[in-house]
Amino acid sequence: MLVFRVKRLIRLGAKSLWMHRLRSILTSLGIIFGVCSVIAMLAIGEGASREAQEQIARLGSRNIIVKTVKPAEEQSASGEEANRSTIYGLTYDDAERFRGTIPDVEVVVPVRRITQQVWYRNRKVAVEVIGTIPWYPEISPIELNQGRFLSSIDLHYKRGICVVDESVINELFVVDEPIGKHIKVKDNYYRVVGVVSVVEPIETEPGLTLSQPAPRTGGGGVIGNIYIPLTTFKSTFGELSAQFSGGRESIEKVELQEIIVKVNSMQSVLSTRDILDSLLDRFHEKKDYQIVVPLELLRQAARTKRIFSIVLGSIAAISLLVGGIGIMNIMLATVTERTREIGIRRALGARRRDIVVQFLSETVMLTLTGGLVGIVLGSLIPYLVTRFVDMPTVVTGISLVLSFGISALIGITFGIYPAYRAANMDPIESLRHE
Amino acid sequence: MPIVATENLCKVYQLGMLELPALRSVDLQIEAGEYLAIMGPSGSGKSTLLNLLGCLDRPTSGRYMLGDQDVSKMDDDALSLIRGARIGFVFQSYNLIAQLNVIENIEIPMFYQGLSEGRSYRRAGELAEMVGLGGRLGHRPSELSGGQQQRVAIARALANDPLIILADEPTGNLDSQSGLEILNIMDQMCHQGKTIIVVTHEDSVAERAERIIHLLDGRIERVESKRR
Repeated sequence: MLVFRVKRLIRLGAKSLWMHRLRSILTSLGIIFGVCSVIAMLAIGEGASREAQEQIARLGSRNIIVKTVKPAEEQSASGEEANRSTIYGLTYDDAERFRGTIPDVEVVVPVRRITQQVWYRNRKVAVEVIGTIPWYPEISPIELNQGRFLSSIDLHYKRGICVVDESVINELFVVDEPIGKHIKVKDNYYRVVGVVSVVEPIETEPGLTLSQPAPRTGGGGVIGNIYIPLTTFKSTFGELSAQFSGGRESIEKVELQEIIVKVNSMQSVLSTRDILDSLLDRFHEKKDYQIVVPLELLRQAARTKRIFSIVLGSIAAISLLVGGIGIMNIMLATVTERTREIGIRRALGARRRDIVVQFLSETVMLTLTGGLVGIVLGSLIPYLVTRFVDMPTVVTGISLVLSFGISALIGITFGIYPAYRAANMDPIESLRHE
Repeated sequence: MPIVATENLCKVYQLGMLELPALRSVDLQIEAGEYLAIMGPSGSGKSTLLNLLGCLDRPTSGRYMLGDQDVSKMDDDALSLIRGARIGFVFQSYNLIAQLNVIENIEIPMFYQGLSEGRSYRRAGELAEMVGLGGRLGHRPSELSGGQQQRVAIARALANDPLIILADEPTGNLDSQSGLEILNIMDQMCHQGKTIIVVTHEDSVAERAERIIHLLDGRIERVESKRR
């Protein structure tokens, strides 16, 4: 009997809402926009943070990246010497020391890189040439598609071979099979022995200034990487580079641009970072290195995301609150307007609780319908954002459930007071109401 | 045993510090099937008595027995149920709900008594037929004449087969022809055994009753009885 009663009351409520369509729509707009903004904001926030986290994760959560940076005092020194040469940065000795002294190390990968043009027949593209060792794939999300990666023998004999990113292959080789062909970088030819691809496609975020061991697009027209033995790199490109700035020439000598250390568990990442730091500090007079810990960045990103979610959540909560107050306002007006109806119903046998249920069900229906429409719109907006602004968005199930739940809660919370006002009217007074 | 029995029924309205007695010690007995009219000038306590008899209000003191139940001490919920089950109201201004059509208006009292949808729909249809509105079940009150609206109200008052029907100036808003029709329907109801209490100014309405109670200053001034 209760179910039957509630069912009929709901139908009654729906009917009276339908009779005042415009008012119902305007009333639920507050909730529609509230829910819509909750979902859309959370989706955009989630998308941005997930992208950032993926990028960081691609750097490897067990990796510690030690990078060469130009020491600060050298940068500001505008000494009298017109030409000067500087030696700074990570060295082969550093790499050796890491390998020899740090307990939890799994692999240490020294890296050198330079941007160059690469030719095949009459086609050329800009690539990043990476000089490294056979264990590079362990610290980078690349996957061998064809052939093989670098080997110790290549390293030993300083062989003129290379492994090429698929993106570069696609640009250079139109019909030819790449394996065994020679491509030209600067003045030397390298035989292609393998093709690799990145496990996930990468889009570089401009805010993220980490050099990534994976290929990237953009950045000076570089479309990918080619990998050559570190020894070959050293004998081909040397360790000196000339820099021209302000009419002066300076020569710099850098042995390694990066050393990537992979430890055997995530727990030892931070302690190893400290060991690396003290070790480098002992052997480097100047602060010419920087240690990047992707795990730390990942945690930072998670923290940022939490703050972001709290801020967005508060804004959305306020808009839902405003929507709820709007609904309460209209419901109070409705109760006054329908005073006589309330009196009639009371005279004809309605108990107070029947009146409460009647008005409460109207409010809840308004907010739930508003909530549903809001969910639809809120899911549509991220889709449009992704489609037209090319920003990643993620609509999570939890945000849908949450916003629907909140709108139901608002319906009940803000519906109770008007409903009680209606129920507590004196039937005699109400019947007299014009 | 009388169907309505009041004993020393008093109602005092409290207006701030001021006490305003509206009914002073009314003793009234109404037998089942009786047709009773209550008359009196304005301010004589007619409306107060009607509200008390209709269980819309509780007396300040005294006792009110409706059927076999003492309703003077009942709480709000119980009074609501009693109103729905035992009393049928007919108001001067019809008091139909504008958004609902004829059949839905007739169904309201049955809805609050928890009658199933099918049963209440059938009963509402029968009642509408009885008051001559069988062909207008889907019409809204605004699409009906005053007389038709009052007939809907009568059908609604009969919905739960109440012990008494309280009519407050039932013809007050109607032209004489429609008023006559309504009075005829009420006569007919009385013949079918319903107890009818009508509050009115008009002698033409009151003279159809078997007994006329004249109220003055909250007291029963005199009782006029006639056998029809």
